[in-house]
Amino acid sequence: MNSIEHAVDQHAPYNSQGFFSKVTRWIFTTNHKDIGTLYLWLSLIMFFVGGAMALLIRAELFQPGARIISPEIFNQMTTFHGLIMVFGVIMPAMVGLANWQIPMMIGAPDMALPRLNNWSFWILPFAFALLVSTLFMSGPAPNFGWTFYAPLSTTYGPKSTDFMIFSIHLLGLSSILGAINIIATIFNLRAPGMTFMKMPIFVWSWLITAFLLLAVMPVLAGVVTMMLADRHFGTSFFNAAGGGDPILFQHVFWFFGHPEVYILIMPAFGVMSEVIPTFSRKKIFGYKFMIYAISVIAFLSLLVWAHHMFTSGIPLVSELFFMYATMLIAVPTGVKIFNWVATIYKGSVTFETPMLFAIAFLFLFTLGGFSGLMLSIVPADYQYQDTYFVVAHFHYVLIPGSVYAIMAAIYYWLPKWTGHRYNERLGQWHFWLTVISTNLTFFPMHFLGLAGMPRRIPDYALQFADFNMIATIGAFIFGFSQLLFLINIVRTVRGKGPHVSNQVWEGAHGLEWTLPSPPPYHTFSSPPTIDECK
Amino acid sequence: MTSFFLNKKKLPLLLTIIAILMFGFGFALVPVYTLLCKATGINGKTGGPTQLGLLEEIDNTRWVTIQFIATNNANLNWAFYPKTTSIKLHPGENTLIYYYAENNSGKAMTVQAIPSVTPGKAAKYVKKTECFCFTQQNFKIGEKRDMPVLFHVDANLPKEINTLSLSYTLFNADKYKKAATSEKQGHL
Ligand SMILES: [Cu+2]
Repeated sequence: MNSIEHAVDQHAPYNSQGFFSKVTRWIFTTNHKDIGTLYLWLSLIMFFVGGAMALLIRAELFQPGARIISPEIFNQMTTFHGLIMVFGVIMPAMVGLANWQIPMMIGAPDMALPRLNNWSFWILPFAFALLVSTLFMSGPAPNFGWTFYAPLSTTYGPKSTDFMIFSIHLLGLSSILGAINIIATIFNLRAPGMTFMKMPIFVWSWLITAFLLLAVMPVLAGVVTMMLADRHFGTSFFNAAGGGDPILFQHVFWFFGHPEVYILIMPAFGVMSEVIPTFSRKKIFGYKFMIYAISVIAFLSLLVWAHHMFTSGIPLVSELFFMYATMLIAVPTGVKIFNWVATIYKGSVTFETPMLFAIAFLFLFTLGGFSGLMLSIVPADYQYQDTYFVVAHFHYVLIPGSVYAIMAAIYYWLPKWTGHRYNERLGQWHFWLTVISTNLTFFPMHFLGLAGMPRRIPDYALQFADFNMIATIGAFIFGFSQLLFLINIVRTVRGKGPHVSNQVWEGAHGLEWTLPSPPPYHTFSSPPTIDECK
Repeated sequence: MTSFFLNKKKLPLLLTIIAILMFGFGFALVPVYTLLCKATGINGKTGGPTQLGLLEEIDNTRWVTIQFIATNNANLNWAFYPKTTSIKLHPGENTLIYYYAENNSGKAMTVQAIPSVTPGKAAKYVKKTECFCFTQQNFKIGEKRDMPVLFHVDANLPKEINTLSLSYTLFNADKYKKAATSEKQGHL
């Protein structure tokens, strides 16, 4: 790949003078650090966009009978909140972390395919512009939930659905290109001596995630293509009138959808496996088992999709198979939780902001895992299906799981990237407000769900009023405390905090900590020797 | 293989091929699903026309109750119901029943009835010799029709099943017109 050499000699950091050259620097950059930064900023912006939508939803649900937004807008908000948080926040944030960290962690000069990398990122703003533009069109925007089930999205879908379909094609393309790049980087650009079993677990978790992306993102592209064909080309994949079957949509969608949730969480596992050993000042407990566990989880994730369809009329044998397969995932996940706890055990632990988020992750992600186990029990699922219990479950795995991990990662690596310490006090405030408000928002939803409050409905019966009010208050505290996060990041990026050493954290191990803080624009142009870091 | 994975030029190509294959795999799920449904009776899908059950022996030792159900899909403004709601017969016995349909939609329309049997595993034992669901049906404005179902239940029907329901959902198929449609006037 001579494009690597190109990247190295052509794109020295611009001494960008003037607006135009600043813009072109970011548009044409092939530098993994620049692209990582772009991904992370995009993610942060979308976090506030998707969050504002969540607050609209919660405002509507503050009291029964409220009419802050119309039911039509409510449906569009639930759809967009889901799509944006999954595809616009968590995925780009994880890819951004991969871009920054993987080359620095394996001693590579850049990503293997730097120009493709530029493409993978720059597709995204256009994809989201297409998606969000539907909100400003005269007809309704997509309003059928982020799972866009047929026939809601085919026969009954608003005209703007086609924009969503094309947007998802682009998002899928971006993820596939990103995955190819990450795999190629990890296979081909490791520094001499950086064997697979010496790679940091963050890199391992991303390698497996990338393979999972490669396996399921094309299937998502396939399912939206079928939708498009059903809507405009007279086919009937999902329409019974023409010989199709709407249940087929659910099978194909969830064949993508379940692995997708592991795509969102596995890089988070990787982050945890970096942060926890650093602040426990111990090596990770059971390195090999951590890798086996991620691989097993990834494999099993391809075989459990129908646990989203227990009430759709699938045969008893399939229900049993998918129930047991789903429960089985708790085993490798349990191994991981055990190993993280064992890493902390008898370590000399300090509680800087990244570690606080990591510990909250351990508690709350496990809680979300347990409600997932409850949902995997077929007869119980008949009660929980489509209630707020499900909403509580997936928010507990996605916020304390993926989002906390991303926040931990930002606090952990931001000093390395910028050369400045973030404001610890502000970080701690952000942590405590976030963790308290997360529970205030989502814990009552368990009870609402068990009592039968259905999802995706803009109103509810009077007996659900108190818990909904608590949830809304929590959501607003959560939303506004993220401004502290924003302020802290902006301050650090602008060089407000004290300078940090190369090492940054005394307990940190790994190649990235041998580099100066901030690292020069090009690092590891000649490969490092590996022994000094291990 | 390992060397292939470590080849800087070939690896991205290989990965691209994997992605394209997985795109194809998504589409391959469609026929796989249809086959699985046929084989296992998921969704209660019944098969195509079969021969009249003349050669089969009739199992006089037991009775099966068959209930008939009709549903209009979405906002289809039709009268559609079975003229017999329930019958009792021996497995292997041929029966002819009628569904009544009347096009009240105010326009000419092509409809398709989609059958479904519950419990699903009984689906493959419901053998239909003639059914209005085998083809699309063209109706003029206000046209009324009695539409036949000639069928028998296979004598091999599992012993534990003594009641099953045969349901038809009527879909507007104007957008999916096929060459072979029926305008046959059933008896009224
Ligand atoms: Cu799942």
